[in-house]
Amino acid sequence: MTETAVQTGFNQDAFDAFLAARDEPAWLSDLRRAAWEKFLELPMPSRQDEEWMRTDIRLFRLDRFGFPAEAEASQLDQAEEGLLRQGVEVGGHTVAVDSRPLASELSDRLREQGVLFGALDELVREHGDLLRPHLLARAVDPFQDKFAALHAACWSGGTLLYVPRGVEVEEPLHQLSLLSAGGVELGHTLVVLEEGASATLLAESASLDPEAAGLHCGAIELLVGPRATLRYVNLQNWGTGVWHFAHQKALVDQDANLQWTIGVLGSRLAKVNQHVALVGTGARAQVNGVMFSEGRQHLSYHTLQHHEAPHCTSDLLYKGALQDDSRIVWRGMIKVDPGAQKTDGYQRNDSLILNREARADSIPGLEIEADDVRCTHGATTGRVDDEQIFYCRTRGMTRNEAVRMIVAGFFQQVSDRIPIESVRVALGEAIARRIREYE
Amino acid sequence: MIAPNTNRTNESMSNTETLKITDLHVAVEGKPILCGASLTLRRGETHALMGPNGSGKSTLGLAVMGHPAYEVTSGSVELDGVDLLELDPDERARAGVFMAFQRPMAIPGVKMADFLRHATTNVRQPDRKEGEELIPMREFRKELRGKMEQLKIDPEFARRYVNDGFSGGEMKRAEILQLAMLQPKFAILDETDSGLDADAVKLASASIAEIRGGEMGILIITHHERLLEHNRPDVTHVMLGGRIVETGGPELAEELHRDGFDRVRADHPKAAAQEAELEKLQKEEAVG
Repeated sequence: MTETAVQTGFNQDAFDAFLAARDEPAWLSDLRRAAWEKFLELPMPSRQDEEWMRTDIRLFRLDRFGFPAEAEASQLDQAEEGLLRQGVEVGGHTVAVDSRPLASELSDRLREQGVLFGALDELVREHGDLLRPHLLARAVDPFQDKFAALHAACWSGGTLLYVPRGVEVEEPLHQLSLLSAGGVELGHTLVVLEEGASATLLAESASLDPEAAGLHCGAIELLVGPRATLRYVNLQNWGTGVWHFAHQKALVDQDANLQWTIGVLGSRLAKVNQHVALVGTGARAQVNGVMFSEGRQHLSYHTLQHHEAPHCTSDLLYKGALQDDSRIVWRGMIKVDPGAQKTDGYQRNDSLILNREARADSIPGLEIEADDVRCTHGATTGRVDDEQIFYCRTRGMTRNEAVRMIVAGFFQQVSDRIPIESVRVALGEAIARRIREYE
Repeated sequence: MIAPNTNRTNESMSNTETLKITDLHVAVEGKPILCGASLTLRRGETHALMGPNGSGKSTLGLAVMGHPAYEVTSGSVELDGVDLLELDPDERARAGVFMAFQRPMAIPGVKMADFLRHATTNVRQPDRKEGEELIPMREFRKELRGKMEQLKIDPEFARRYVNDGFSGGEMKRAEILQLAMLQPKFAILDETDSGLDADAVKLASASIAEIRGGEMGILIITHHERLLEHNRPDVTHVMLGGRIVETGGPELAEELHRDGFDRVRADHPKAAAQEAELEKLQKEEAVG
């Protein structure tokens, strides 16, 4: 091997230039510097790490990527409306390309009520003191691993939704994150609902070029205050060349409600930690996952339902359908702390395999340290049954109609849990479009 | 070999209004199961197909419908002169054949109403391409409700998932409902009475008679007399060892119900030997 030092785009000079240009509160710059040191220090995860055993990123080359470039105006013209906004009256809307905010709207009424919604990196300049206790401080650990540290040091753009105490936002808010060909997306999502507030955020991501390479290294923090209600939908629909690494964590406080729905359709490889912490007595969380993989996609989702307080409920249902040579790894854990009595925890993962080469790994787990709890889990893996297809065909349906119907039926149970029609329709149609013709 | 003794349809219609099965041979995984079955069913006729377990009755139905595991090695099946064996199962359904399954498959998550709306549209509009409009929801619901009322089926049924968690009786009711909605030219009813109590069989029998009117040709595979109560067979076929060995009138069905198949076995030693052979093969399979 020759001694050519590969210049990573994420190098010290680039970081210093990035930081100098940001004009941010000092505490945030300090946080970025500390995370940057951690990023330099930590090794790239490997298959020796238990969490990465089933996820091979040896082909991932971080040096091919760097800080996001300025978005060009022409990219805005190409920006789509997104799938989740169809037929929905929204209270606000943001669009970003490669973490660069392009457009942001919020209804006057919500603005007057003190709601903040828009690009996080713009809003944090104005509202630094308000956000300091929340941003990368309570939920996501900026030093957890190399990707978390990279994100914490270099994030830009992003989305903030802040809803003051007691304000109920009726209309959903919509966020669209786009990647250009070869682009990098380091957006950070921060949602803060103060006591008794409620809101619905529909977030989605897509690539402007569906096959081009790209990198998303992101984090999501959902901070649901006492008696607050958050419905959060995240549709990951990147192109098939995108590497997707993310740490996502929600804190659900006393008697608060979180409904978190993820749709996972895109990316070349996704490695996501989705963590729901029930931190206040009587908190409730429902987590819904709809996944569809194809080609050589690898989707790896690690979920954690962490019961830290008593009398909390968590209910997770992940359903994934797989075709071609794709693979889905789900590893779920319900963790119950010693004090979390009267916990009601549930997790279930169902996989439907459409052809022989696809593979689903489903690994549920329980770690219970309280004695008065009810925790159950289940996992199933099945294939589309030839007898089912034949039965549908004797009723006049073509083979493809039969397969689409069986797959739609497979997702029905999780779809029934999603109260927002545009989300149900968008997911259903996106999946139906992806199902290949089989013979 | 088979000449149904009925004059209900005139000879000139027989080529265009028949389901004609001729010398059908069928193998599953290379093993012969049907060894030459022939029958001609005209529209408006009722035929009973009887025979001991394993004689090939269901195989005949599944082969007519085009089940991929049932390989037709020789013979023909024609519907109104069209070669059915050249068609995919869904094309056969759209051409007008239907089978009520003995054990219909569950399709979890798919509501009966949605399933039937799709099926009914395709069968009524045989040229419909995937993605084209279905029968309008309102119109379809009204028709479905009417049929369910007529067949004394709980309206809740429409919202349940296809055969998912259905009792044996509910599955049979659901198959009859599908028959009513799809109105095929020819229907094969595979033990639509099995698993039902006496009252339910009576209801099923009456329902079938009502649905078919005078137009549908039906082939009833059954062990029981009661299903034939409202559907007196014009023709009775007896199957043994993968062959149709006798064809007669309604009195043949009555005799078999009364006396069983011993006389048939005695009269057709070759088919009886084949029956024993097939049984042996199946047992070996079960053991191996």
